[in-house]
Amino acid sequence: MSVVNQLFPNVIQRLPEFFDSFVQTLVMVGVTGALSFVLSMVLAIVVTVTAKGGLLPNAMVFTIIDKTVNLLRSIPFIILAAALVPVTRALVGTAIGTKGAIFPLLIGITPLFTRQIQSAFAQVDAGLVEAAESMGMTVPAIVWRVYVRESVPSIIRVAVITLVSLVELTAIVGIVGGGGLGDFAIRYGYQRYMLDVTYAVIIVLVLLIGFIEFVGRQLVELTEHS
Amino acid sequence: MSNTTTVGGREVAVAIHSLGKHYAGDDGDVTALRSIDLDITTGDIYGIIGLSGAGKSTLVRCINGLERYDEGSLRVHGSEVKSLNAKELRSLRRGIGMIFQSFNLMPSRTVSGNIELALLDGDLDAKGRASRVKELLRLVDLSDKADNYPSELSGGQKQRVAIARALANNPSILLSDEATSALDPNTTKSILALLRRLHDTLGLTIVIITHQMSVIKQICNRVAVIDQGTIVEEGKVFDIFANPRAELTRSFVATTSNLDKVSDLMRERSPLVDLSGGRVLVRMRYVSKEVSESLVSHISRSFDIDVNIIFGDIDVVDDAPLGGLVVIISGERASIEAALAYLRERNIGIEVLQR
Repeated sequence: MSVVNQLFPNVIQRLPEFFDSFVQTLVMVGVTGALSFVLSMVLAIVVTVTAKGGLLPNAMVFTIIDKTVNLLRSIPFIILAAALVPVTRALVGTAIGTKGAIFPLLIGITPLFTRQIQSAFAQVDAGLVEAAESMGMTVPAIVWRVYVRESVPSIIRVAVITLVSLVELTAIVGIVGGGGLGDFAIRYGYQRYMLDVTYAVIIVLVLLIGFIEFVGRQLVELTEHS
Repeated sequence: MSNTTTVGGREVAVAIHSLGKHYAGDDGDVTALRSIDLDITTGDIYGIIGLSGAGKSTLVRCINGLERYDEGSLRVHGSEVKSLNAKELRSLRRGIGMIFQSFNLMPSRTVSGNIELALLDGDLDAKGRASRVKELLRLVDLSDKADNYPSELSGGQKQRVAIARALANNPSILLSDEATSALDPNTTKSILALLRRLHDTLGLTIVIITHQMSVIKQICNRVAVIDQGTIVEEGKVFDIFANPRAELTRSFVATTSNLDKVSDLMRERSPLVDLSGGRVLVRMRYVSKEVSESLVSHISRSFDIDVNIIFGDIDVVDDAPLGGLVVIISGERASIEAALAYLRERNIGIEVLQR
């Protein structure tokens, strides 16, 4: 313990706060990740189905979602988060803390997640879709039994990439009052020159990302049969 | 809406009249299919052959509504496919099985799972589906592979699973889109034999799309030759093989026979076709179903000539011998002429290649 004490004196002094920040990061990643997954799946399905040559082509719906996703993806997250402050305040009552961070994170990560799931669907062999059509399946059945089911390993892979990006975004959101490990590192490590705090945060984030990737790999192995 | 027609006492399963389809291509309107007329009768194994891009895949996809047609009429058991609503179209598709060149099995599902997939929207409960899957696996001889994933199967086994899946809902029609094109010759034979058996035992009408004349020869009773979106020749398989009229048909027929190799030998001036001393090089084709006598030995005895067989290629198509011989005949000039006249009289196609 004394070695840890020597290496990370400022962290040890603020251990409860450090732990709270870690939990905040987990909550932000977990809640935003779950919400964004649902939203991105829906958007990716709609874009895939309504695309030209899709199961139910619809140029208007496709273009609206496609352009919106592109627009949001082209704004750097820190600027997007700042721009969203009034909207966040109107929606959840506050723009700071974990509660205030979730909405901008959701808007920041969903376009990326949508595109990635969309490309996972695009990798599903068109022949499989045609075979399902030839069996007389309805469109929702084809979406669920072919597009979603056959891209489960790809979706897990892109979910890992997205979660890692999301961890990064939670650190950025700390700057605009979001809480979490990013906020902790900036307040003590950067602004008060407590370098050991910064390193401790780095170690925890690396372990967190390593854990996410490990779980992802196990799930891919479990679900892939080709 | 349901006005089925019959031909020769059998119901027409698929009636296609003046069918046309256009694409909006990069360089304006592209005609994919033009004034297609064909009747596929219940119980037919109907071959549609053409080069790639000829429109045969598009045509077969019009039958189950995977492709729409712009002109003309296509009726399956009397129903105009174009005018079906989404629900009617799905029910039509459940009555038409389809198999593909690339098998199109779901990689995430086991063999059983793939077959069960076709049953999920039917009336069977989980137990009923499981027993139907077992039945289908027995039908295609794959009971031991029920729990394997497609990636663990050979090409022929994959196609068997696809056939089982296509037959899950007891369809009356099976569409086969280049189903053997990705398989080796032996596997192709076994898949075609399986299709033939299913045709015989289940009374299935089969529509086979292929670019291989050997597939048509082995299994089909009727064939349509399609070129650039139109049918250039159509008829019974035996007649098409015996008397191909269109240029394309001739080239397809030539791929299944080695009787044309003689022209290579003649070009190479091979000693095999050396014609010194009044000999004659003749190609004989069996074009009638009534050839059964031992013609070669008969003419050599009766006309006192020698008949030397250079090539022989005789196959059984639609239960009748088809093919011919390339021979060199030597002897008295008059005897040779008399022998040839005799053969012509027996309905043998005689072609004197060189004398």
